[in-house]
Formats: sequence, structure tokens, C-alpha cells
Amino acid sequence: MVGIVTYGVYIPRYRIRIEEIARVWGANAGDISGGLGVREKSVPDVDEDTITISVEAARNALARRPIDVEALGAVYVGSESHPYAVKPTACTVGEAIGATPHMTAADYEFACKAGTAGVQTCMGLVQSGMMRYGMAIGADVAQGAPGDALEYTAAAGGAAFILGTDDPIAEINHTCSFTTDTPDFWRREGQAFPRHGGRFTGEPGYFKHVQGAALQMLEDVGTKPSDYAFAVFHQPNAKFPQRVAGMLGFSMEQIKPGLVVPRLGNTYSGSSLIGLAATLDIAEPGDRIFVTSFGSGAGSDAFDIEVTDAIRSGVFAREAAPSVEQLLANPVYVDYAKYARHKGKIVMQ
Amino acid sequence: MSVARFWRKQPQRYNLEGTRCETCGRRFFPPRTFCPDCRRDGKVVEHRFNGTGQVVTHTVIRTASEQFDAQTPYVLAIVQLDEGPRLTAQVICAPEEVYIGMQVKKAFRRIGAESASGPLYYGTKFVPVE
Ligand SMILES: [Zn+2]
Repeated sequence: MVGIVTYGVYIPRYRIRIEEIARVWGANAGDISGGLGVREKSVPDVDEDTITISVEAARNALARRPIDVEALGAVYVGSESHPYAVKPTACTVGEAIGATPHMTAADYEFACKAGTAGVQTCMGLVQSGMMRYGMAIGADVAQGAPGDALEYTAAAGGAAFILGTDDPIAEINHTCSFTTDTPDFWRREGQAFPRHGGRFTGEPGYFKHVQGAALQMLEDVGTKPSDYAFAVFHQPNAKFPQRVAGMLGFSMEQIKPGLVVPRLGNTYSGSSLIGLAATLDIAEPGDRIFVTSFGSGAGSDAFDIEVTDAIRSGVFAREAAPSVEQLLANPVYVDYAKYARHKGKIVMQ
Repeated sequence: MSVARFWRKQPQRYNLEGTRCETCGRRFFPPRTFCPDCRRDGKVVEHRFNGTGQVVTHTVIRTASEQFDAQTPYVLAIVQLDEGPRLTAQVICAPEEVYIGMQVKKAFRRIGAESASGPLYYGTKFVPVE
């Protein structure tokens, strides 16, 4: 059966505290941080972007399991912050892991769920026998306009998943999606920062689509929330995933290992995949994981995943790459001035 | 640097692709096609360096050309790879953190951009081993 053969994550070292951003804009830090459930967010270094984050995540995946990269038939990178408007991030990733030239590659965009869309594509390619392995990455150097609500959470990071049928560490039992045309969040071509429909982002966006895909999954597979050891939902803040988990009947214990947003922020395309990675970091054979992503515009992809004995076997070295917990530990805090420089929000003279 | 010149060196810059002499074991970065020790007896093949090493000497760049100005101050070092060769590269740490003998490993970073509309260049820098 098709499944996750290996995975890797990368998160930049720098963090900014939400209270520091609030201080600059004269906002009440306690209200904002409490309302979002986010204390701090990751900040890319001056020379980091979606390409470098994707490469480091992919290399971490290969460190855990050095598969034959010649057999890697596809690289898909989902992001809304590809450094080039035209020139694929996926080509640079393929070259930087030595998988070129006999592979296909493309960049995906679907707000925060472009990474899980890549996972589904790779599942199809691998399961149909078109290729032995496919790699899907979700990574972002998330954009939020200075002073906008998004700025408090827009973070940087990414996760890479290699899909295949050879001895996966976790099998993907089923996937399904829920998609509509919804104007909850967008960025026009040539604009530096996205815009959002304010209150419109919650009910008709996130909650409708996450529940739509999640309920479809439970019906398709014939399971109930208590059948899963863990659950991961897209996490634009800490409140939305906790609320939707409660609405669907999942407990706080089930979502806890994958709820990384309070210390990481929203890594957009990286968000649900980093949550899944953090869950795989501690999962044991037999654990079943329920995952639902969300991307504005809008859609959700749901996955029913079951961890296999391979995660504890000689073919896979979980400790050969840093866990999400290790990547979140020992951050270097920056103030708003340094943050603005890192994000290129001010032009250096 | 021209787009074409950078592109030709991508294997070196992205993956530290060098060469090694199978006769004497000596490794070369940047790659050489001829072993000066073995001369005609040398058999030189491709070799990808694993990217671990240590700082031999370093300097702090505080004023740089326009292309690198956004990154100043930054640490430039001569890194001796564990597999032999030395190369000059940026070490990603605060200027006061670097020291001779610091253990480092490779990291994939953006090297620079020619202009707002020009190509982006990526390659290998080094980060301290935690
Ligand atoms: Zn020789």
C-alpha cells in the first residue's frame, strides 16, 4: 500500500514574540496573543526563502532514509511564496538532492494546502506504478502586510514527505477532499501581500471545508474520532484547530502533539504537514493519525494514516534528522527592526 | 557573474561536487581532473563531499557590494572539510560566535541576486554544528 517512506522538516532558527509585533503597532499584546493562542513565530534568516527551506527539509527526509534518488520520479513543492513567479522551486530542490534529470517537477499553489495537494498527486503516481517514489513539500516564508492581523502569525518553515510503496513507515489508508470557490483570502499577481475577507475567513472558509473533508473521511472509511491516536488540523492559529477538533469529536490529547502553532506561527503550506511530522516524531507502530489541511479559496484534504512497524525498523532512522521539537528548541529572538530586515520589509539604502 | 557561469558551477555550489583520485585517495574541491601527485597514474573520479568541517580562519565583512549588503555584518571563513580540501564560504552565525576550530556543516542558502528582476543564486554556506 502507498504510504510515507520518510519525512523531514526545516524551521529557521529565529523567532519574534507576538508582544514585540504588538508593541510596534501599539496593539494590546495580551489580547492578540491570547486571542490567537500564539506566543511567537519563526522568522527566516536574510538568505532563507521557500527554496532553501524546501531543500533543507528534503535533505532531512533523505537523512532519515537514504532512498535511491534515481528512483525519485517527481518533486512537487506547494507554497504561496515561491521566490520566482516563473521558474519552479521544485527544479532547484531536485538538483540540490541529486535527483535530476530523470524526474518530473512542478510547483503547486493552493494557499495553505498546496503541500497536501502534492501528497495526493504523489500517492496517485506511486500507486499507479508510474514511479517508485514521489516527493511532496509544503513550505512557506509566509507573508503578512505590516500591521495586518496576518503579520502576527505569518511564519517560515516547511516539511518534505517522500511517498512510495516499499516498506512505508506509515500507510495512507485513504484520502478525500472538499473544495469550493470561496473568496476568503487572496493575493493578486504582482501584489506583495495577501488580503483576506476579515470575519469571512472563519465560518464559510476554515470550518466549513475542514469539517466537509473530515466528515467525508469518517464516512468513507467508516471510522469515528476515537479510532485515531492522533489528529492534525491546519493551524492558522491555535484556536481554529482546537475548535474544529471539538466540533468533530476529537479530544485535545489527540491534537496536542501536532499543535505546533503556539511556538511556530502559521507556516501556511507547511502548517498541517509540520503538524503531521511532529506527530510522526512521537508515533508508534499501529497508531492511526487523522489529518485535514485547509487552503483558502478554498479546500481541505483529509488523510487517514496508519503508522507501521517500519518506523521502528532498521530501514528508517528517525533520530538521523532533527525532530520538530528539536527545531523549535533554542530559538534566537529578534526585535521588530531585525525582523523587518530579515523579511525584506524595509529597503536597505 | 554571468548566469551561464553560475549555472555551470551549480553542482559544486549546491552539492559540493568535487573529485577524488582513486590511486592515492586525494580529494579536490573545486574539482580537478588531474592528480598532481600521481600524474599519469592517477585515476580521478567524481566525489560528493559530505559537507562537515571546521573553521581554519575567519573575518567579518561589514561593508559589502550592493548584492551582499543586506547580509552585513557576516562571517566569511576558510573551512577545512573533514575530507580534506579547504574552501572559502560564509558561516552563518553572529560575528562574536565564530572561532578557529568551530565545527560546521553545510547549509543550503541564497547566495545573492543580481537585481530585483535578475536571477537568484543559491549555494552552500556553513552553519555551526549544535
Ligand atoms: Zn593521486
